[in-house]
Amino acid sequence: MKIVSGHFYGDNGKMKEYHYTGPVEHRFSPYSFNGGTVLAVAGEDFAIVASDTRLSEGYSIHSRDSPKCYKLTNTTVIGCSGFHGDCLTLTKIIDARLKMYKHSNNKSMTSGAIAAMLSTILYGRRFFPYYVYNIIGGLDEEGKGAVYSFDPVGSYQRDTYKAGGSASAMLQPLLDNQIGFKNMEGVQHLPLNQEKAVQLVKDVFISAAERDVYTGDALRICIVTKEGIKEETVPLRKD
Amino acid sequence: MALANVLQSESVDFSNYGRKCRGFTSSLYETELGLESVGGDNLSFAVRTACSDGDGSERKIQFLHGTTTLAFKFQHGVIVAVDSRATAGAYIASQTVKKVIEINPYLLGTMAGGAADCSFWERLLARQCRVYELRNKERISVAAASKLLANMVYQYKGMGLSMGTMVCGWDKTGPGLYYVDSEGNRVCGDLFAVGSGSMYAYGIVDSGLKQKDLTVEEACDLGCRAIYQATYRDAYSGGQVNLYHVHSEGWNRVSQSDVLLLHQQYQAEKA
Repeated sequence: MKIVSGHFYGDNGKMKEYHYTGPVEHRFSPYSFNGGTVLAVAGEDFAIVASDTRLSEGYSIHSRDSPKCYKLTNTTVIGCSGFHGDCLTLTKIIDARLKMYKHSNNKSMTSGAIAAMLSTILYGRRFFPYYVYNIIGGLDEEGKGAVYSFDPVGSYQRDTYKAGGSASAMLQPLLDNQIGFKNMEGVQHLPLNQEKAVQLVKDVFISAAERDVYTGDALRICIVTKEGIKEETVPLRKD
Repeated sequence: MALANVLQSESVDFSNYGRKCRGFTSSLYETELGLESVGGDNLSFAVRTACSDGDGSERKIQFLHGTTTLAFKFQHGVIVAVDSRATAGAYIASQTVKKVIEINPYLLGTMAGGAADCSFWERLLARQCRVYELRNKERISVAAASKLLANMVYQYKGMGLSMGTMVCGWDKTGPGLYYVDSEGNRVCGDLFAVGSGSMYAYGIVDSGLKQKDLTVEEACDLGCRAIYQATYRDAYSGGQVNLYHVHSEGWNRVSQSDVLLLHQQYQAEKA
């Protein structure tokens, strides 16, 4: 009777890997995961886009000061997380398209138009996607806050709040509860004002930095109002 | 190809790409970009982190997937009912996705499978329908619209598009309902349910349609109930039930009901 020795199995129940496992095929991957979390909240007359500033790869941190929010127009900010190379290229392409639009149409693109355009830019690479999770925050034509969230190939929708990136699964339920009042009974649905929203964003990122290794170092908040875009930087855990 | 033309990007050489066969029912599986080339160069665009887990699992790009949508014809037109959940792997990315795409005031398209694939191609279909209207000075028929969509995606057959949609409308031959998917299927029918939760929805609608001559209200209730039951049993469906009714004047949105509230309502009715 063959008895399987415990020596060959690791703690998680799977076989342990030995030093030599036979010929191993090494493959080039055009992608890498650089971490980072992005969050956007839309209010009555403002929008907030926030991101951490840590750029990591594997076990290393490449930079502690690499924010993921990019200003597009006076009324729109985009947050991009995922593969940093694709984030950079994508924002360059968006900037170029914004300039082209401004020259042909003699006006700036609205947030809704930028969102629709980004969807087609992303889908153009349907078979070799930009590995970027995008969230656009800004003001719509009526001056109300708008948030648009995307998947890597261009599916998008307008939201009130959204978290994207490495800690998104941790942040989104917290936002659902605090901004959407989900899973709470008998609570007054108070509208969100700007001060409370900024404080909530700070609290939420502090929580994310506690539990997600790819999030931390500092938090960059961009507040979009009709007066313009204000930036604020808040330190986070550096470990 | 249509995609390259519309987006004015340099066309990509697709000749290398082999494929894994994937029907839209794979909305149950995590989508990964599994493009394996036929020859020996073996490029696999799966995202790999240097610190992979002990079992070497790869972090893959995850698109939005998983759904229940249904549509059926009845005496007074077509009822279209959908859920609103989008999943990226096991994470629920959104509970408020619009899975009914309003192509024009008398045509609706539903979304199942890859969210970006469905919304992109149906938006392109809306453009084509408008061009048809301008050229021919009359509305496009449901059969023609569904054929346009089917032909557009057939060019990409084998490349990994994932789309299972129903084109619903009312034209001069009466109510129209076609099912079109990325495998190249296009079928006309009286009842379709598409997505990971479709089997549960079929059960409810099949039993409810036994009595002929439903009123509009009864048909709407049936559609709503079917989606609710599917969300109850299918993990990948949930959120809200969006209900549309297509009649001779066009379509109108009947209701949007949260599944949790529906659950409480049906429980109360049982008691």
